Amino acid sequence: MIEVNNLSKVFGRVTAVDNVSFNVAKGEIFGFLGPNGAGKTTTIRMLCCLISKSGGEARIAGLNTSDAADSLQIRKLIGLVPDNVGLYEELSASDNLDFYGKLYECPADRRKENIETYLKMMGLWEKRDQPAGDFSKGMKQKLALARALVHDPGLLFLDEPTANLDPEAARLVRNLILELKQQGKTIFLNTHDLDEAQRICDRIGILSTKLLAINTPEELTSSVPGGKTVIQLERIDEAMLNALKKLKPPNFSIEENRFLIDVADPQKENPEYVRALVAAGGNVQFVTRSNPDLEEAYLKIVRDNR
Amino acid sequence: MRLSKSWTVAAKDLRIFKKKKVIVYSIVFFQIIVSVGLPLIIKVAESRSNSVRAAALPQVLDSFSFWYVIGSSILPLSLASYSLIGEKVQKSLEPLLATPTTDEEILAGKSIAAALPGLAATYLGATLFMVLMDRITHAKLGYLYYPNWNMAVILLVLTPLTIIYSIGVNILISSRSNDVRSAQQLGALMVLPLGLIYVLSETRVISLSVTNLLIIAAILAAADVAAFILAKAAFQREEILTRWK
Ligand SMILES: Nc1ncnc2c1ncn2[C@@H]1O[C@H](COP(=O)(O)OP(=O)(O)O)[C@@H](O)[C@H]1O
Ligand SMILES: [Mg+2]
Repeated sequence: MIEVNNLSKVFGRVTAVDNVSFNVAKGEIFGFLGPNGAGKTTTIRMLCCLISKSGGEARIAGLNTSDAADSLQIRKLIGLVPDNVGLYEELSASDNLDFYGKLYECPADRRKENIETYLKMMGLWEKRDQPAGDFSKGMKQKLALARALVHDPGLLFLDEPTANLDPEAARLVRNLILELKQQGKTIFLNTHDLDEAQRICDRIGILSTKLLAINTPEELTSSVPGGKTVIQLERIDEAMLNALKKLKPPNFSIEENRFLIDVADPQKENPEYVRALVAAGGNVQFVTRSNPDLEEAYLKIVRDNR
Repeated sequence: MRLSKSWTVAAKDLRIFKKKKVIVYSIVFFQIIVSVGLPLIIKVAESRSNSVRAAALPQVLDSFSFWYVIGSSILPLSLASYSLIGEKVQKSLEPLLATPTTDEEILAGKSIAAALPGLAATYLGATLFMVLMDRITHAKLGYLYYPNWNMAVILLVLTPLTIIYSIGVNILISSRSNDVRSAQQLGALMVLPLGLIYVLSETRVISLSVTNLLIIAAILAAADVAAFILAKAAFQREEILTRWK
């Protein structure tokens, strides 16, 4: 669906996007994860044919984003929710959608149908005649999502769709994104929220001007070594501490009534730790494993590339 | 360029203008002042002293007609700045530019939206003005002064040219400013040359004959071309998204 090769963008002396290459398959939720100023918005703008590129090539559904004729074609195939939603505050929700439906050359009957379908999907149908300016942030975000869908595009670009939303609204928007994936849409999502990326993306690209890594959330996390075994006891005393030290774990810490132990081979080592602690009089409540999460993986990848 | 796209953009802007009462009132107010106010001045002057000489009337009336040129330069000011600065402030240009619409189509749509209300108001107002003036001056002149060639040139040639000029200049100003009021004030500066022409004709330094009006029209046409070449250069999607402040 999206093929990007050596894409770059330079603003004056600032390199915003540096030699980025990736592909996004049909039906996938692809997340671009990166700090502010990483070049996420700039990349979306290049892919949506809004700004030129300084180098490289990008194709959408086989069409060239640099070609003027192709670019009109591409824009019909995609829907965009920019970082600033940019609704017409004076116009009603349905008038906002109707205007965009017309510009996207959506015939009148299909436009009417889609406006109803998507306003209902977003839970805004009852408020269709209210001016968009009266809406809350979450409602505006949902209306912008409906606007991006009004012409039934197969590919959606969402630029930080949950930034500045309260947790409840953010969750709602995330569920809507997953629902759109169920409908077969391909989704390109910019986010700086690690948790969001992990929860909804099939694959994640970590961007910081350069593309530092690209993989599934699981693979990204497991690429960082060092899981921990967490053993929770009723209480921890000196005897247990000594018993643990005797086994010479490479590294461990204590959090309240839990031991967090660096373990390379859990199948072999965990039973030894548990046996030693029980022998020292410990009442073991839980034994769990904590894998490094995406946050650790992300921070490591970003640090390694400084 | 597909005019249907431009019309969609224009219709959306006109819809927003209608919801902005300030815009509607300012257009109506201006037309009432000029189209009813100027005939009233003649009527009052007439009834007070009966001192207006028939021979002096044409010069006065021709100067008054020129108010419609000045009006055409003022009326689109607020519309053009609202329609562009409004989009900038609401950040709605990015999703708009993401639609399969070309820069020219959007620019044309914005221009049509800014032009139409002023054009309609000018024609309605001028019709009222001509009817009232004829009634007031008929007895003194012995013939109906309006419609005449001067007014025809003003309404059919100068008015459209002035509106185009006003919009072009406003698009340029709006691309650099985020404040509707300061954009309007800056835009109002370009009315000054037209105001000067009015004063010169009122004080009889120049006459607003058909020939002179056509000379003004030629200068305006050249200014239109220049203003729109510059406006079109400012209205490029990359420019709008990366350099408009
Ligand atoms: N119009 C512009 N002019 C100059 N620099 C810009 C412009 N837009 C973005 N940049 C720079 O490009 C970099 C990437 O910006 P952006 O794509 O907005 O990042 P993100 O969306 O990941 O926060 C930043 O350093 C930013 O300052
Ligand atoms: Mg951004």
